[in-house]
Amino acid sequence: MLRDLKGSIVAVVLLTAVLGLGLPALFTGFSQLAFSSQANGSLIKVNGKVVGSRLVAQSFAKPQYFHPRPSATAPPYNGGATTFANLGPTSPDLAKAVKDQAAEILELEAPYNPGLTIHQIPVDAVTTSGSGVDPDISPAYAQLQSKRIAAVRRLPLTTVQRLVHQNTDGRSLGFLGEPGVNVLELNLALDKETQK
Amino acid sequence: MTGQGIGQVLLYCVLLVALAYPLGLWMARVYSVPRLRLGRLENGFLRLVGGRREQTWKSYAKTVLIFSGVFFFVVYGFQRLQAHLFLNPDHLGAVPSHIALNTSASFLTNTNWQYYGGEYTMSYLTQMGALAVQQFVSAAVGMAVLAAVVRGLSRRSASELGNFWSDLYRSMFYILLPLTLILAVILVSQGVPQTFSGHATAKTLEGVAQTIARGPVALMVAIKQLGTNGGGFFNSNSAVPFENPNGLTNLLEMLSILLIPAAQVFMFGKMVLQRRHAWMVFTAMFAMFAIGLAIALPSEQHGSQVLRASGVNITQGHGQSGGNMADKEVRFGIANTAVWATATTDASNGSVNGGHDALTASGGAVPLVNIFVGEVIFGGVGSGLYGMFFYILIAVFVAGLMVGRTPEYLGKKIEAREMKFAAVGALFVPTMALALTAISIVTHSGLASVYNGGAHGFTEALYAYTSQSNNNGSAFAGYGATSFSAYFGSIAMLFGRFVPLLAALAIGGSLAAKKTSPVSAGTFRTDGPTFVVLLVGVVLLTAGLMVFPALTLGPIVEGLTH
Repeated sequence: MLRDLKGSIVAVVLLTAVLGLGLPALFTGFSQLAFSSQANGSLIKVNGKVVGSRLVAQSFAKPQYFHPRPSATAPPYNGGATTFANLGPTSPDLAKAVKDQAAEILELEAPYNPGLTIHQIPVDAVTTSGSGVDPDISPAYAQLQSKRIAAVRRLPLTTVQRLVHQNTDGRSLGFLGEPGVNVLELNLALDKETQK
Repeated sequence: MTGQGIGQVLLYCVLLVALAYPLGLWMARVYSVPRLRLGRLENGFLRLVGGRREQTWKSYAKTVLIFSGVFFFVVYGFQRLQAHLFLNPDHLGAVPSHIALNTSASFLTNTNWQYYGGEYTMSYLTQMGALAVQQFVSAAVGMAVLAAVVRGLSRRSASELGNFWSDLYRSMFYILLPLTLILAVILVSQGVPQTFSGHATAKTLEGVAQTIARGPVALMVAIKQLGTNGGGFFNSNSAVPFENPNGLTNLLEMLSILLIPAAQVFMFGKMVLQRRHAWMVFTAMFAMFAIGLAIALPSEQHGSQVLRASGVNITQGHGQSGGNMADKEVRFGIANTAVWATATTDASNGSVNGGHDALTASGGAVPLVNIFVGEVIFGGVGSGLYGMFFYILIAVFVAGLMVGRTPEYLGKKIEAREMKFAAVGALFVPTMALALTAISIVTHSGLASVYNGGAHGFTEALYAYTSQSNNNGSAFAGYGATSFSAYFGSIAMLFGRFVPLLAALAIGGSLAAKKTSPVSAGTFRTDGPTFVVLLVGVVLLTAGLMVFPALTLGPIVEGLTH
């Protein structure tokens, strides 16, 4: 009993030191040297200032920008407190959230997409993501928003579509996961295009 | 389903077997040979903690319990004192006592239930120095106990099962650590952070300040996936791009969920020299995995009642994966989230890459049943296979009754003593899960945790106590933390871990002492398809029937609701 207790205390101290401090310190050092950008959060800088991370969605409300998926974090797109919405498949709250979100999208996009109905809104546009900071939208949702962007920015639709295509992360290695359009990178590319 | 989605599922299955088999053979070697490479380090460790004497099952169990007890206080201490310690760049305060207690029980027992959001509750020191250490240690404890039980099955007329410290050390440094490092390097390269700097602040394109939490994430994510832990750095776990940035990392993290538990089946076959039997056990597990997936995947693709009624486009194709995208991420879509939800609850991993609370009725029932059958469909590292031994013994016993002979397993006579322990091992946890769920839905303090209304709210409670009792750790995450739910959950996790663990060791000790009798014409063969059918039947009838009445109150009612 006493022997086990003594052994356990020694083991706990040793393991905490080796696996809890030594290992993370070494591995962090390695990561900082080998993969500095990724290890620090894939931050994007414009003119030396951090404007966001390519892996964290941020809020876009203005009409000249592509909009991300809804977010359940407080406030929305809080990269410091990720969360699911946790609404069940028959939840009245979910029904209301989807309805409101769809109405908002219809009001925003219909002027640029004549004849647009709710049946053309892709499901990712009206549902919260798992993290609350999903950096991607589906290519279908990007397609829906493209006409508005082209009109508001007075760009040819083909230019917008080209930028969407360039900022679509395909499947990893060509077949893993699903394609997604990175909203922040796309909007940055648009700003750059408009400044030309 | 598109061919592309099915292709990803098939690739996953093929890779799993291709990687698990050689790993299993390596693990059999790790636990069998007296001296491995770098054995000096092991000897040094053993000298410091108390030698490498072989232990009886009782002595082995005693060491496990004392070692776990000491670690419990350390994990609790880190959380309560983190505000005064280093590596706390975001100046987080002490974790409240009931949360700290629940979290200590949770990580000690390989559960990783999380009544907190990691990035805004735990300092970097707590995450890596206490929680991630437990992710190594609790996994290694489970693996060590399995090694001991398997030795019990393979030895004859012996009283000892091996040395705990040696098994612990080898599990950690010859299996878990190398795999963790490989995975962690790949994760960092793909965008999972590993830094001691505090959160970043961005000024967004529309001029708003945005907080971006980060930290020493990659290493913790790697071990949480490989050690069937599941406790993420961030609240939304592997749904967060910083834990799981793309399709490649998602595949590797999903493979890691089942890799070691699957490999242990092959390890077992090698150690007891019964490879065909091991393949049958593997087949039974794989069959149950496939059944779950075959239900969950189409349900999620079909979509929830609310989404179907809303009128939005949930059809797959034309630039979207469609289906029930609520609380799911675009880069994973439906197929990858359904596979993950199935795998993570077959293994007692409990990490998620999408929200389980938002799953459809049948899509959510699959994880629930997977957990309820006792985490034996591959199951936790170590605990999955030693849990499966309970069912195997019951299956062999049932077969023995049918042919009217004393049941035998691997040449050892199965008698009253072993059957008692097997019954306790198989039935204690589900009984406790149902009892705790019942208490939690008839008391006001219990009901305070429920988030969604109606049948779904009941499922939240059932899932919470099923997950904690079986040491899974995934959640219908709307279910909230109160003192009541935190304390009850701690009880569930501790008893759910140590009762089956002790029962398994007792069986190992008891079987080790027996002689091995040769196979005769009357022996029930455990290396053929009949055994697979019997084993799956026993698992589904024993635990499946226990959970069925509860399912009718939760997911089944919900599925019938419009």
